[in-house]
Amino acid sequence: MSQPSLTPGSPASLGGPGHVSTPPFQPAGMTMRGESDGAKVLAMLRSARRAIATNRKVAIGSGIIAFLILVALLGPVFVHQDPLKYTLNLNAPPSGAHWLGTNQGGQDVFAQLVIGTRSSVFWAFLTGVLVVLISITVGLVGGYMGGAIDDALSLLTNVFLVIPSLPLAIVAVQYFSRTTLTIALVVALTNWPWGARVLRAQTLSMRSREFVTAARASGEKTWRIIFSEIFPNEISIVAASFVTTTIQVLLAVAGLEFLGFGDTTTISWGIMLNQSYVSGALLTGTWWWFAPPGLCIAVLGSGLALLNFGIDEVADPRLRIRRRRLLRKKAGAA
Amino acid sequence: MRRLIRRIGIYLLAIWAAVTINFFLPRLAPGDPAKALFYRISQHGYVNPSLLNALYSEFGYKTTDPLWVQYLKYLNNLLHGNLGISTTYYPNTVGDVINQNIRWTLILLSVSVLISFALGTFIGVFMAWKRGSSLDTTLSSVMTFLYSILYPWLALLVVYFIGFKAGWLPFSDGYDLSLTPGWSLDFILSAVQHAILPAFTIVISTIAGWMLTMRNSMITTLSEDYIMMARAKGLTTRRVMFAYAARNAILPSVTGFAIAIGTVVGGQLLVEIVFSYPGIGFALFQGILGQDYALADGILLLVIIATVIMNLIVDLLYTVLDPRTRQEGSA
Repeated sequence: MSQPSLTPGSPASLGGPGHVSTPPFQPAGMTMRGESDGAKVLAMLRSARRAIATNRKVAIGSGIIAFLILVALLGPVFVHQDPLKYTLNLNAPPSGAHWLGTNQGGQDVFAQLVIGTRSSVFWAFLTGVLVVLISITVGLVGGYMGGAIDDALSLLTNVFLVIPSLPLAIVAVQYFSRTTLTIALVVALTNWPWGARVLRAQTLSMRSREFVTAARASGEKTWRIIFSEIFPNEISIVAASFVTTTIQVLLAVAGLEFLGFGDTTTISWGIMLNQSYVSGALLTGTWWWFAPPGLCIAVLGSGLALLNFGIDEVADPRLRIRRRRLLRKKAGAA
Repeated sequence: MRRLIRRIGIYLLAIWAAVTINFFLPRLAPGDPAKALFYRISQHGYVNPSLLNALYSEFGYKTTDPLWVQYLKYLNNLLHGNLGISTTYYPNTVGDVINQNIRWTLILLSVSVLISFALGTFIGVFMAWKRGSSLDTTLSSVMTFLYSILYPWLALLVVYFIGFKAGWLPFSDGYDLSLTPGWSLDFILSAVQHAILPAFTIVISTIAGWMLTMRNSMITTLSEDYIMMARAKGLTTRRVMFAYAARNAILPSVTGFAIAIGTVVGGQLLVEIVFSYPGIGFALFQGILGQDYALADGILLLVIIATVIMNLIVDLLYTVLDPRTRQEGSA
């Protein structure tokens, strides 16, 4: 396999899910085999709850995400204004009637922001799921099968790892009809290599474990070994890579929408940014139009990033601060 | 050495894959983009026959050649640097447009990326050294926020509040348009002034990644035995911090650099758009607005090749920084 140079736990930066070197969430008592799937899920949930209770980053991060998901689900119940309705009240600054003012078309910015949450949050998570599905398939199949299949899939992964995803996405999206689905598909197809690589590495180390050998010896089908024997043991890595991936795709979708590839019959944070920029919100000074949507993107992204960094701290005690201080004290005393 | 050759093979494949995707997408896409484009151009009245020919060869419109011949012709054109004719900047070829804009992008990109990498890594070292201090916790929280910021949004804020409202620095174009480009002092000063805000935006939106990578990598390195040994020997703090810890902790950052570069270049394109900076990002935006496929494709191809070259440089750098990779190559 090429690129031996890349340490699996490399970049915290740039959403590369290389962050997931150690499986987070893996409680000490969790064994590889012999527990039912239900028990495994329960154990996962229990350790997730413990992580929320003990790690402040995990708690704040999940709080932010939960709040924005609630807004996405329930926002339309509380905001009755039509976010796309044109009025004659143009470029009005924030006021009691319009909490975030109105834009150049007289549309209510606050209503757009709340209604747009649904599209942005939904597509970010859905695209994140898509990316993770592709990564799982490529990574697990390649890692388990080995040989020519692995060589081919690794090559594909490495090639796509080099091609910058945003420019490739722009090439791809410009020829197709402007729907959010197009954007999501394009972003998914350009962002999968990182996860695939991490999962492949993990699968490689799993394929020679006893429970896999046992399953093979008992004549289980290959796809069953891959997806119901190996996969459940990589859930924690998949979860962590889902979090980082979602930040990446949130920004990628918003970036493409900012460039004007969005579906203008709907509203989302990225589309708001595009419309404010294209209609010269900078020159008319309507900061209440372009500042809030970007802030929302950054807040959702921060929530996800906090969750990710928190999970890292839970998984890797060296990153935790408290324990380190104790060590230093001990070292000082000695 | 073998590793390097294999990497170069992957890079060539990556370029080929990008080129091939670029060729097949418009032909696979529904609704025939070439026809749409042809229609739009012919609406403007007189159509230059050479432009039409360019369009035909670009999209395989009205050609009797089978697909593979078109593909070979397309590859041949690319090898000769023939990227087609831009409809937005007509009658300029895509090559001309790129030529006029590329140096702005390159200078802005290299300066801001280097500043961001150096500064971020340097601060990351201190954050790890003083971990748990108020400096570390404050910076960590701020960085978590910056880490998930959308580049063009930050650019909008900077343009509006620092450029437009406060009026401290120019916030559009690459230089004072009343000056003629050249090596005069006035022009250079003006160009530097115009670059400050875009560069600042890129630094702010990329620095978080370097800082956090370096911090976490440093923390792991600091718990190694040889660090304790170095301290026990009574070496100065600065020497332990930089020559022992940072020297070894920087490897993940260098790897991260290779992975980041694609994201950074993509982000820079978006930043240029907001600043109307005369680089290829702004030209790309014009191309997208005018549905100038040839221009957009040419620029994106260039960006992809640039990213690949930067990856190669990082690979070489890695070999210098990590002796283990050199050994592995000979094994």
